[in-house]
Parts: sequence; structure tokens; C-alpha cells
Amino acid sequence: MFKGTPTFPKGSIMLEVNRNGGVLNGFTSQDYTAYFEVLPSDRLELGLRIESDRMANSLIDPDEVASERTVIISEREGSENNPEWALYEEVMAAAFRLHPYGHMVIGWKEDLHNITRDDLFQHYKTYYGPHNAVLVIVGDIDVDAVLTRIETLFGSIPAGPLPPPVTIKEPPQQSERRVVVRRPNSATRYFHSVYHTCEGTHADAFAVLMLESILSGASFDSSTTHRSARLYKALVETEIAASAGASYRPSINPGTIHFSGTVRDSRTLTEFETALETEIQRLIDEPVAEAELAKVRKQARAQFAYMMERVSSQARWLGWLEMMGDWRRLDTFVDNLAAVTAEDVQQVAQKYLKPANRIVGCFEPLDES
Amino acid sequence: MNLIFEKHTLSNGITLIVKENHHTQSVVVRGRLQGGSNVDPADKAGLASFATTMMRRGTSQRTFAEINETVESLGASIYVNCGQHLTTFGGKSLAEDFDLLVELMADNLLQPTFPPQEIEKVRGQIITGLKQMEDSTRGLSQRHFRQILYGSDHPYGRFLNGTLESIPIIDRADLLNFWNLLHPQDGMIVVVGDVKAEVVLRTFEAILGQWQPDHTPPDSSLPTPQPLAEPVRHIHPMLDKSQVDVVLGCIGPSRTTEDYYAAYVGDTILGQLGLGGRIGKNVRDTEGMAYYARTNLAGGLGPAPWYVYAGVNPSNVDRAIELMLAEVHRFREEPVTDQELADAKSYLTGILPLQMETNEGVASILLQIHLFQLGDDFITRYPDLINAITKADVQAAAQNYLSDEVYAMSIAGPYEG
Repeated sequence: MFKGTPTFPKGSIMLEVNRNGGVLNGFTSQDYTAYFEVLPSDRLELGLRIESDRMANSLIDPDEVASERTVIISEREGSENNPEWALYEEVMAAAFRLHPYGHMVIGWKEDLHNITRDDLFQHYKTYYGPHNAVLVIVGDIDVDAVLTRIETLFGSIPAGPLPPPVTIKEPPQQSERRVVVRRPNSATRYFHSVYHTCEGTHADAFAVLMLESILSGASFDSSTTHRSARLYKALVETEIAASAGASYRPSINPGTIHFSGTVRDSRTLTEFETALETEIQRLIDEPVAEAELAKVRKQARAQFAYMMERVSSQARWLGWLEMMGDWRRLDTFVDNLAAVTAEDVQQVAQKYLKPANRIVGCFEPLDES
Repeated sequence: MNLIFEKHTLSNGITLIVKENHHTQSVVVRGRLQGGSNVDPADKAGLASFATTMMRRGTSQRTFAEINETVESLGASIYVNCGQHLTTFGGKSLAEDFDLLVELMADNLLQPTFPPQEIEKVRGQIITGLKQMEDSTRGLSQRHFRQILYGSDHPYGRFLNGTLESIPIIDRADLLNFWNLLHPQDGMIVVVGDVKAEVVLRTFEAILGQWQPDHTPPDSSLPTPQPLAEPVRHIHPMLDKSQVDVVLGCIGPSRTTEDYYAAYVGDTILGQLGLGGRIGKNVRDTEGMAYYARTNLAGGLGPAPWYVYAGVNPSNVDRAIELMLAEVHRFREEPVTDQELADAKSYLTGILPLQMETNEGVASILLQIHLFQLGDDFITRYPDLINAITKADVQAAAQNYLSDEVYAMSIAGPYEG
């Protein structure tokens, strides 16, 4: 999508944006794809022209497909170099047998080799259109003038039929699954487990987010640490792990909550798993303390304040929340999290953090086994 | 564009720079003191990094757990770290928690207790990190590159985090020795956010201004690195990996050398603009060889490296190296085009507002202004500085620093040469 339209030939999108004092990128997540430009506010027109043009006129040139294929394979190989990523891929593949959440966003290497230009073009025609897009603009703008401009640039792009929804439902998991990844010449052991949880719009979602934040600190801003959170105390302070954390990213379909970490030299994966299970059992058996809830509330408030200093972060959040159903949730997000009670957290722990509902992954050096 | 700020001096000589920004709710603090990994003894690489980590691990007022609980309950963060020349400290919080933030930061600086149990915990974490790096093509390619470029005798050739040999022999006395080197002379603190300058000054003066150690400040000077006389290649085979990391470069300018801006504009053309400049265009885009291919020009207090780097498929390594060297050659032998020069200038001057969007961005710029003595009106002069660079300036900088004949090249991954 960066490689050319008749108006913006290959290479020119990035160059034009840079030339105008801006930066740009795109990313694909499990649920959606996004493209963004961050520009001086008097250069908004360039962003609108780029996005309206490539929504309608991308060439998807076959030669460029061939070249980009090797680039993406190279990106995947960079990830494959990383044992934690390799473990994560195996765990997700085991977690989802039917639903596409089971494959990595970058895809399997075999598929990357086999995807044709026509596959890409078909995908483009199906998903890239005003019928399936959200445009987010944040900054020093005149809203009426911008709306008029958007109508002019985007209004004539024909709306296609809605793409087929993802209707696959992952069947409920019946019992625990375990995966082991081993590689030679890798000295470090890694742990990664996931439990099936709810979708982001579910009534339980904020309670799961609070549960994650109590275990591993609120994580709406990357600068903050989580050393007073439960997992750090139970796993890192005790010197079982060099790092340990939990992660829940609300998704459109029912997703997973992740627990992962790096085992300390001379400690074992079993010790890691046992300590983690103890913490999970605590959440199931006892309500969390009011002080812990208060800490997460304050962290969320502070981290949102930090996050909102960037127009690009605001835009990213608005886009993500709209993908999840309603951009207005940005205004109530912190309050919704703050409203979660200790009973709510205990309930979701009991509901989702059951052994039958989990997939446990271990990475160990091949030489040891 | 303009950047208005206030400058004060604390009683002990620390420079305090304050920028009020009442459109935000946060406050960001960034501090610098002389002395970093450049003072590591030759057999104790990693000492400064270990010691600055330890400064966060307990003070006479609070245990490590208490520090964490207090800081994180505010939704704030504080840190103490080191670079190659400097000890760095700072933090971020909501403005309403500013007083406590400063108290916590000062506590780490002035009253760390280096508890023996914590020392062993951190030692274990560092060793785990070093072992993880032994498994990283990117980490190893970078580390070996610096080793061969500067030699192990020069601080830039040693790894800031230490080695599996040096970390085990560092003891509590060593860590205390490093901490005892720290001194307010030539220190600076930058504060940006929703705070009043007079409050900031009063707070820092009360909490930090009386720190007057008896000893003299550490020596932050560096030996001049010896340039290479011939090309050096280092290959570290890691046959179980999928991708090869390649780093190729030379000793570059420091931030304050006269031709730094010429190098900076040139580097934008060579390896930054668009998808990684010329390097990105030809190694990634045209030949499809790499997911990432770009350059790096650090330009710090000393002569940091200027290099090209890429992550490549093993079957493409020789071709990628050929392309990288060809681009360096072209960059030296031919002036850049008018268009390239214009694009680089409009990019570098145009993104300034973006770099100053957040309190952290402004703090970073204020720090640079003072560390490198760029002048209080630097932001106003910056566009003219960049726009004054000519094609001849860029070419002269290229020839001054980069070479496709005498260079250091470091390769790590499934490749044996």
C-alpha cells in the first residue's frame, strides 16, 4: 500500500510526507489495519490526498509484490531469530484451532511464499473502501473545512459490499494444552501461557483489564514500571525470573490473556509455572485489596494524561476503539476501569483462569533435554 | 519557532532549566551528572551500569519495595541509568505529585544503601541479560562492531552492561566507589511540565542544592580513538538463526564538531529519509533484501560511530554488503543531488514541532541544548543552520568519516563467510 498509485508512484508517499515535515507508517493487528501520517497542521491536505488516493487507486504492481515478498519474509525471519517470538507463535497456534487469532499477523512462511498478486488485489478490493474504513483526524483543525475536504476527496470512492464478517467461533477448549519449543545454542528458558478470555466489548472486559493491571501494572504508557505489582514480587523479587508480566489486549472476538517471562539462570520453568499458578490461585480465592484497585486507577489516570500529549496516540486510541465498536469510549475508558470492584476481579479470575482453559508454552535449550 | 525557558543555578552548581507547559497535566524531569561507563576499570566493564541500577534498589529512607510501591502508586516513574559519559536520572509524574517525585529521585541519588541481597539479585538479572544477548544476532553484531572499531582499550569498544567475566567480580566496594565519584559540578536538570518555575527552583534547591561532596568530580575525558588502518571484518556464525545482522561503519563526529550538521544532513539522505534513505531504497526496496536497512549517526559527547546496518536473509549477505559498500562509495565520490538536499532540509526543519509535541520531547531538546552548549536561541537558529548546509559540505563530511575501503564490519547470524 506504500508502493504506488498513479498519482503517488512508488517511494513518493514516504518522501512527500517527510518533505512536508511529517512521519508515517502503517500496522496490522489481529483485528484491523491502520495507516497514519503525523504532519504539521497546515499540511493536513497531503494526508487526506494520500489516504483517499490509495484507498481507491493502489496499483499492487506484480514486480513490487515480488520484491515486497522477500522483504516480508525477511521481517518474519528477524522475528524467528527471537526464541520468545517462536514460542509465542506456537502457543497461539495451539490456542486457536479454528479462529484466525491462532496465526501470527505476519503469517506462516509457506503462505507468504504462495500468496499471489491476485490474492492481494482481491483483498484490497474487498477490505479497502469507504464501506469498511474509519478516518480519524486529531489536531489543530477547522472541523467544517476538513469535513468539506473529506467529502470532496473521499466522497466519490464507491462503497463496496461489506466484507464477509469473521464468523468462525473457536470451540470451547476442553482441557489444558502444552507446547514445548527447543532450539540448540540458546541458553535462556522462556515461559508463555495464555487463557481464553472475552472479547473487548464484553461486560467482563474491564475486569480482566483490572486483573491484568493488578498482576503487572497498568500498561497504557510504556515508560512506567511494574515492580510493585504481584507478578514482579512473586517471580522476579524471588529470583525465579528475570522478567515476568501479564497482558490482555481487548479484541473484537474472544481473545486471550497472556502470562510470560524469562526464567533466571539456574532456575527452572517448573518453578516459574508453580509460582505463577500460586498467584492465579490467589486471585481466585481472595478478593484483591482496595489499595491495589486504587493504585491501578491512579496509574490509568496518569498514563492517559501522558498518552494524550500526542495527537498520534489520541488518534490511535480513537481508531482502535471505533474498531471495537465506539470511539466515544475514549472519554469513559478510565472511569470504566475505575468502576471495577474486587468482586468483579475475583469473578473473572474464577471464570477464565481455569487449567482446562489454558495453553502453556515452554522454551528450553535443546542441549538440555 | 521559539523555545522559552528559564535557567537557574543551584547552590552546589547544578544548572536547572525549567519550561512551564500548562497545556499538559504531567511533569518530566531529566538530569545528568558527569561520569558513566567511561570510568569503568578495564577489568570491570559494566560497573557504572551496575552501580546506577543499584542506586534504585534501596536507600536509607526506603527499601526497594517501598520505592516501587510509592512511585507506582502515583502512576509515576523514576530512573537512574548511565551512558558512556554520564549518569542519567529523572522521572515523570502527574504535576500534582511533583514534590514527591523530586524527593524520590534525590533519595536515589544521595542516599542509596547498596543492600547486599539486592546486589546479588541485580547481578543475576544482568547475567541473564548478557546470556540473552549471546543469542541475539542484532545485539552481537552491534557489540562486536564497536569492539573492532574502537578496540577493547577504548571505553566505546566495551559493552556498557559488562561481560560474563566482569560482572561476577564486581563487589559492593566497587559499586560504592562509583557512586562516590558522582558530583554536582557540571550537572544539569531539566524540568518541563505543568509546574511553576519558582516552585521547581525552590523544591530542587531544598532537596538537592546542599549536596556538596568533598571529593573532586570524575574525569569524563576520553582517549582519542585510534582510527583503523585497514578494513576489519568480524563474523560470528549462529547457524540456527534465520536472519543475518550486518553492521558496517567508521568512527563518526561528536555532536560539537564543526561538520556535525553536514554529516547529519548527509546521514538523512544516506540512510533515513523515506524508507531508510538511499540504503533503505537500494537494499530493501529495490532489491528486496532486507526488512530493515538504514544508517545511524549518534553524534554524542564523543566520536560515536557512523554506520550502516541491515537484517538480511543468509543467501543475500554478500550481495547486501556489496550494495552497502557501493552506497558508501557513491556517497563519498559524488555530491548528493539538489533534490535530495532540499528534501533532507525540509524534513529536518519540518519535523521540529513534532519533536516538541510532548513534555518529554521538549525536555530532550533542552538537555541537548545544554549538554552540547548549542546556545539558548538554538531552536530559533536551527532552520538556518540546516538550510546553510551545501552539497560540498555533505560530501566533505562523507569523505571525512565514512569509507568503503577502511571500515569495521560485523556480521552475526547463519553465515560463515
